[in-house]
Amino acid sequence: MAKKKTKKVVKKRKSNSSKDKGIKTAREKMIGQHIGYRYDVNLLPDYNRLTPFLKKYIEHMGWDDLNWLEDVHMGYEDGKPAVFDRNINGWVTTPPKLKLPKDQQDRDMIARELLIKFQMSSNHPLVTLKKAYKKN
Amino acid sequence: MASLKKHKSQEMGLHDEVLTGRTQQVFFNPEESENFFYHDAYDVDFNKRTEIDAKNLDCREINDKIKNMMSKGYGTIVIKNPGSKHSVGVGILNKLNLIVDGSLGYFGIGSVDGPTVRISGRVGWSCAENMMAGKVVVEKNAGSCFGAAIRGGDLICKGSVGARSGIDMKGGTIIVGGDAGAFTGFMMQRGRIVILGDVGPNLGDSLYDGTIFVGGSIKSLGADAVEAEMTDLDVAWLKRKLKVSEIDKKVDFKKMTKIVSGKKLWNYDNLEPTERKGAI
Repeated sequence: MAKKKTKKVVKKRKSNSSKDKGIKTAREKMIGQHIGYRYDVNLLPDYNRLTPFLKKYIEHMGWDDLNWLEDVHMGYEDGKPAVFDRNINGWVTTPPKLKLPKDQQDRDMIARELLIKFQMSSNHPLVTLKKAYKKN
Repeated sequence: MASLKKHKSQEMGLHDEVLTGRTQQVFFNPEESENFFYHDAYDVDFNKRTEIDAKNLDCREINDKIKNMMSKGYGTIVIKNPGSKHSVGVGILNKLNLIVDGSLGYFGIGSVDGPTVRISGRVGWSCAENMMAGKVVVEKNAGSCFGAAIRGGDLICKGSVGARSGIDMKGGTIIVGGDAGAFTGFMMQRGRIVILGDVGPNLGDSLYDGTIFVGGSIKSLGADAVEAEMTDLDVAWLKRKLKVSEIDKKVDFKKMTKIVSGKKLWNYDNLEPTERKGAI
């Protein structure tokens, strides 16, 4: 019986170029590596762009401004828009159907809203964790 | 490893997420009803007020009483005779109006997430250490390491603060009405420090990121701390924040000095993206 000819599949070796995408600034060229942040982590919020939800949140908490949310920005994880949740030390991706505006100030406001909804949800991972470990 | 697999948190998949670096799933429906509080937070009313006399209580008893009062719906709690006791008002993960009628010792109001706290006296070292959210106002002076490692919220001292204020801070805002000591903003990673008075030597030494605004003179800058230009957004934010801080002082914001990181010591460069995410 003749043996079936099988095509040798030569796996192309992945180049390391994906890691180096986005090397633009002089500093990045010098170190040969992309500096992670794709957004300005020090950007101060523009209060003219507060969403109605955030206004309500501020009122409910009895604060005068965004407080801790001033440090929340829309970032990226694996190329997808995501917001960082410090409580789980992980990124929360935006819902796939959500259309994001181009302006970072507007994107940040949406990131803040998303993070509150995630953290305060009864489905947040820490709720389950607390149920398992809470001391009585 | 077999024992690890049986672990409750392993079953939930939390460890897998961290180890593989996969993006967290979205665990909620964005259309679900509005909720502004943590799942198990106490429903408190700011208009419901009570007092705790701390004279014969130790710090643990005071903290237990605060929690007990919150569970009964009290939204405004006044602590009388705090006697500069240490570690008072720590771990409050709730909205609350806490008033301390006197001074606190070290590590007061640490690891809080949400409350508004007013302290009529002074505070010892490491006040509001690891604060996550909320507002803390100290009417008089504070010791060293004021706001050590804070991650969010507004921490205000109307007087002067000691050395290493905002050391290792990862977010939030520290506002000082008076002067600040040496190594202010040491190893700061994110957030903002505003000092309306003068600052001691080595301001912002080894800061990775974040912004420091100074109204008075600076004795010297630390390694990799550099001066930057003030923007209109900075001025607008400073005006707003000073109102929030309740510091009654006339300041020419445009004349303030802005200090940022020169990013020459940026150790993040050597980290892989998954490692880096833990620092932001």
